[in-house]
Amino acid sequence: MNNSPYFLKPASVQSVMLRVLVALLPGIAAYVWFFGAAVLVQIALASVTALAAEAVMLRLRDKPVMLFLSDGSALVTAWLIALTFPPIVPWWLTVIGVLTAIVVAKHLYGGLGQNPFNPAMVGFALMIVAYPSLMSQWPAAGFTDFVPQWNAIFGSRELDAITMATPLDALRTALHTADARATVAGVLGSNATFGNVGGKGWEWVAAGYFLGGLYLLQQRIITWHMPVAFLATLFVISGGFSFYDASRFAGPGFQLFTGGAMLAAFFIVTDPVSGCTTPRGKLIFAAGIALLTWIIRTFGAYPDGIAFAVLLMNIATPLIDMYTQPPVFGHKIKGEDS
Amino acid sequence: MTALQRLFKFNGGVKPAYNKEASTGLPIAVAPTPTLLVIPLHQSIGGMPRPLVTAGERVLKGQRIGGADGNVSSAVHASTSGTVVAVEMRLMPHASGLSALCVMIEPDGRDEWIPRQPFDFRSATPTQTRDYLRDAGVVGLGGAVFPTYLKLNPGKQGKLDTLVLNGAECEPFITCDDVLMRERAATILKGVVIMREILSAGQVLIGIEDNKPEAVAAMEIAARAANQAAGDSAIGVVSVPTRYPAGGAKQLIRVLTGIEVPHGKRSTDYGVQCFNVGTAYAVYEAIALGQPLISRIVTVAGNVTQARNYEVLFGTPMRDLVALCGPLADSDRVIMGGPMMGLLMPDDSVPVVKATNCVLVGSKKLFPPPPPEMPCIRCGECAKACPADLQPFEMYWFSRAKIFGKAQEYNLFDCIECGCCAYVCPSHIPLVDYYRFAKSEIWAREIEKEAADVARERYEFRLLREEREKQEKAAKLAAKTAAGREKAAAAIAEAAKPAATPEEDAKKALIAAALERAKAQKELVHPGNVSDLTPEQQAEVAAIEARRAEIREMAKPHLRQDD
Repeated sequence: MNNSPYFLKPASVQSVMLRVLVALLPGIAAYVWFFGAAVLVQIALASVTALAAEAVMLRLRDKPVMLFLSDGSALVTAWLIALTFPPIVPWWLTVIGVLTAIVVAKHLYGGLGQNPFNPAMVGFALMIVAYPSLMSQWPAAGFTDFVPQWNAIFGSRELDAITMATPLDALRTALHTADARATVAGVLGSNATFGNVGGKGWEWVAAGYFLGGLYLLQQRIITWHMPVAFLATLFVISGGFSFYDASRFAGPGFQLFTGGAMLAAFFIVTDPVSGCTTPRGKLIFAAGIALLTWIIRTFGAYPDGIAFAVLLMNIATPLIDMYTQPPVFGHKIKGEDS
Repeated sequence: MTALQRLFKFNGGVKPAYNKEASTGLPIAVAPTPTLLVIPLHQSIGGMPRPLVTAGERVLKGQRIGGADGNVSSAVHASTSGTVVAVEMRLMPHASGLSALCVMIEPDGRDEWIPRQPFDFRSATPTQTRDYLRDAGVVGLGGAVFPTYLKLNPGKQGKLDTLVLNGAECEPFITCDDVLMRERAATILKGVVIMREILSAGQVLIGIEDNKPEAVAAMEIAARAANQAAGDSAIGVVSVPTRYPAGGAKQLIRVLTGIEVPHGKRSTDYGVQCFNVGTAYAVYEAIALGQPLISRIVTVAGNVTQARNYEVLFGTPMRDLVALCGPLADSDRVIMGGPMMGLLMPDDSVPVVKATNCVLVGSKKLFPPPPPEMPCIRCGECAKACPADLQPFEMYWFSRAKIFGKAQEYNLFDCIECGCCAYVCPSHIPLVDYYRFAKSEIWAREIEKEAADVARERYEFRLLREEREKQEKAAKLAAKTAAGREKAAAAIAEAAKPAATPEEDAKKALIAAALERAKAQKELVHPGNVSDLTPEQQAEVAAIEARRAEIREMAKPHLRQDD
């Protein structure tokens, strides 16, 4: 018989994970609307791979398979990988990415709750380093034909017709490689990749993620600290540099509504296992990711820097947590509270 | 009064289902006297009281049967008149399932009181008042059973800013304070007035959770009357937001005054002291009526057909109480206290004691076994719920890994074991169990360390002593040989030159003196703690031996015949 407390709040890891999946739905809906159903194929592929890998690893580690399989954490990792990878990458790329995340980043480190690095971001980082070109082929907005996308994933790769550089990529390439006279405004205005705020179509996907993020906040699954610190830092840095030289640095609207910024703010940075847990630590952690993301996006060699930024800050997590412990009841500094 | 009291907030806390209505429908009833009272001698924090009665003795209601022992201890009394049938080990109302010395009284049905006299605390010294309350067995009735006399001390300043009365009663199911305030508010206030006077308290704040409007109303009327009688407005009744654990002493002090009393500090150092409303009632009965603490209000609730509050004599088996309320067929356990912090009883035969605010009957349906424990995902729900502002998951990691030093660095001992963290944990980790484990391990290690320190000191002293003895021996030997050599030399000299020079005589005398000194010193270091005792010391030894024999005699009936 157990000890006190004798009754518990009806809460479970499973219900937390399921609500995270629900929160991803508006973003996925916008994704399908603008870029076709390929992403659904990738989500299905990633989910099946993740569950299979999870089951095998749990069996090998002698853990109760059904209990842990039903916690939903593998599905969250799988969905995040499917949503951060280009939707028309070949099937085996998604499979390897998911296997890396589940087998290496999660289970080899001790399984649920033990991984020091965000598994989805480990999968993404490995794939973009190993297959940079495949990981940079994104479908053009509005090109929602399913058959060529299906073929791109499973068959012959006739890609030129359907791919296009991402907005971040296009901007960087234009600014870095083209003639020195290229300016942000010039590039953004001339290219069909760009929409009103961010990338064409992408700004709506980002809005969908934002909506899902608000749901997570309302459900108290995440706190405001990380999304606010992440978005605000990105806004301030990009705003400051854009103000300093608008021709060389993209503005905050563009930074926030392209790439994975919105997905990261609410779904990736907020991973509780690998991130900071103290209120102040959360602010520092998310702000650090935003800063590193902006640096990598602006000066680095990769199209988006979120994955690397998250992994770098994951390393610092224990240290930040240690130095940001909130004061304990009765030990608060005098005069701090009135 | 309730009007414009500024309230403060404590962080964290939870809002579980309260389930209080079930037991507030009926007034307090007096539980029948059982056929046998089992009164444990150890019912409060601190030293175990000495038994003052032996088997066969007749006792009166309110007669002291256990005398307070040591600085922190509180007396125990016979709950009714009758015959002591035994003083023996019985199962305690504690989760450990251990037994302790109990006085078994067979009631004679006459319920005959000892002569009762009010205690005139106004003409007594503070020490006399405190001794009186100690011997009247008054302890905190909120559940912690800390001897009240120790807390009725205004501390260094000699006066108190705020006396806090705790009527919050935040644990689900428990309503004993609620009904006591509804039905006996005036008496509680009389106790409050006495306590205020003893503590020289400036103001009195009575905190009651706002889910008890009837109690708030009754206490307001009584407080108004008390204020009118005193001609001031020092006593205020404050309705506080309902949020577990608002009834934690530190949490309530924070809510009412904004003061945070740190772990390990006296609240009187901050000008505050907190008592349960039931304790104020007991103080009144002890001082104004001369009645020691022999009963209390107990809520019987949970898996029963009619939950209710009873006035119960200490020593009444919980089983008898449960039977009064019609336990349902699927009942499978008895819990002392509420569902958040209560203790699982080893058996329903254990007696009601001073700490028993509630007898909660459980079943698998009411308190289902927790779902399987999952790994911690560091979601931080526990930290949000912690009323002590701790990081429970960090303490969990370190407790689990047995890195107790780190657990202590994360302020493990500030944990009040309220259970909020375990209540909200989505991974269903029995967090409080981990903290209890870590705390007891740390205590055990400290005791071990102390024992080791004592042993080491003793060993080092022995080495030191042996070294000293060795040196003394060597000195003696050296002196001896030196003396021998001198002697031989002297004999040779004497043979050669019959007349001894006065110089040589002086040398001889010196040597003799040195020898004397060495001898005397040796006698001095001779371990003499059992010989050469002064009469006082001898008397002391005899007294100790007598006490030992007495204890041996007392323990004899409890020892098995064959050993």
